[in-house]
Amino acid sequence: MSEPHSHAHEHHDHAHPHRHPPRPDTDDTLGHFQIMEIAVRELLIGKGIVSPDEIQRAIEAMDTRGEALGAKIIARAWTDPAFKARLMADGTAAVRDFGVDMGTTRLFVVENTPTVHNVVVCTLCSCYPRMVLGLPPDWYKSRNYRSRTVREPRAVLQEFGTIVPADKEVRVHDSTADMRYLVLPERPAGTEGWSAERLAALVSRDAMIGVAIARTPA
Amino acid sequence: MREPIRGHHDMGGLPAGRVEKTEHDYAFWEKRVDALNVLLAAKGHLRVDEMRKNIEALPPDAYDRMTYYERWISAIANTLLQRGVLTADELGRKMEEIARREGVSP
Amino acid sequence: MTGRAAANASVPARFKPGDAVSVRRAHPPGHIRTPWYIRGHRGTVVHALGPFANPEELAYNRPGLPAQPLYRVRFRQREVWPDYVGNEADTLDIEIFQHWLEPAGGER
Repeated sequence: MSEPHSHAHEHHDHAHPHRHPPRPDTDDTLGHFQIMEIAVRELLIGKGIVSPDEIQRAIEAMDTRGEALGAKIIARAWTDPAFKARLMADGTAAVRDFGVDMGTTRLFVVENTPTVHNVVVCTLCSCYPRMVLGLPPDWYKSRNYRSRTVREPRAVLQEFGTIVPADKEVRVHDSTADMRYLVLPERPAGTEGWSAERLAALVSRDAMIGVAIARTPA
Repeated sequence: MREPIRGHHDMGGLPAGRVEKTEHDYAFWEKRVDALNVLLAAKGHLRVDEMRKNIEALPPDAYDRMTYYERWISAIANTLLQRGVLTADELGRKMEEIARREGVSP
Repeated sequence: MTGRAAANASVPARFKPGDAVSVRRAHPPGHIRTPWYIRGHRGTVVHALGPFANPEELAYNRPGLPAQPLYRVRFRQREVWPDYVGNEADTLDIEIFQHWLEPAGGER
């Protein structure tokens, strides 16, 4: 029975508001590392270590995570003080309300305030709150972001169009261990009485990393 | 050489250029690598620190030229070799077989 | 096994929030999760996170026990980077394992 080929498997991605052009699975030929992936997968399936179903389910699970899930958590924190208190005290436990299982990592929510702006980086690799936000963007894993954010955060933020006032503290979090950071952006002015659903639309992934702030109502 | 050698991955604070805000939707093979990593960790066949160690051991030019998931599949393969789950011989032969099947070079 | 370890398989905690600490200026080979740029610098413990298996050992599929206490340590950017551009109050928080920390001593 032949194993699935790399390009033969149709997969329906869930609707996602910000689509970017995908890298094609095969440009014209398979690269060395794509061949390695097929080989490792087929050998492991042959040895009964993983199954095609498990792989598919893991892909689908990761596809459900992303900006929308994070934004829901933020919007609930903005509208539900008791939830916010739980989130700040024990982020790992609080996000179980949303079906998030942090596994062996722990979620730390860092709150932006009138006096502190937080931004998150992993200089050593690419640690990211994947169980909430899904897979990180390329730039978060890039040499330039990883090198410069700890040393010149304000310049990096400016490249994202975010200016933090000179009298506000910028706090950089370098994820070096098992903590994963989610920034709780400041709730924008002019949103009094808004529902959590309406508020969630103001929260971008970039604001939860800390390179942006929440959008303001038009 | 008198100085300690800084890991190529240990880049915090080094000079670098503008952050290019590139993004791409992950290719299917990349998602499969990610899934394999999650599954193998959950099943106890690799630890995240073994993965990191193996990525850190890549030569600097390979580290820079390889894409993120190319580094990951390389690290998964190396971890499984180190653990004795796979042998280099069976991996090499499987890769040759796939290359023949797909009409490319391994 | 990663993550929290049983109390009887961990090194006792030496530090608590508010303590001034220095990061050891050591450069061993291996899988080290204390970034190069912070070694030798002084900071303040802001959070004691509890014991975690040592990643330097986990990297070789060893248990990493006894678990080492992990801390969030806060540094002032102006003290870490001589050419830092920004607010005097800007900070940098990093998780550092106890075996990389020594008491800094003296008031800051």
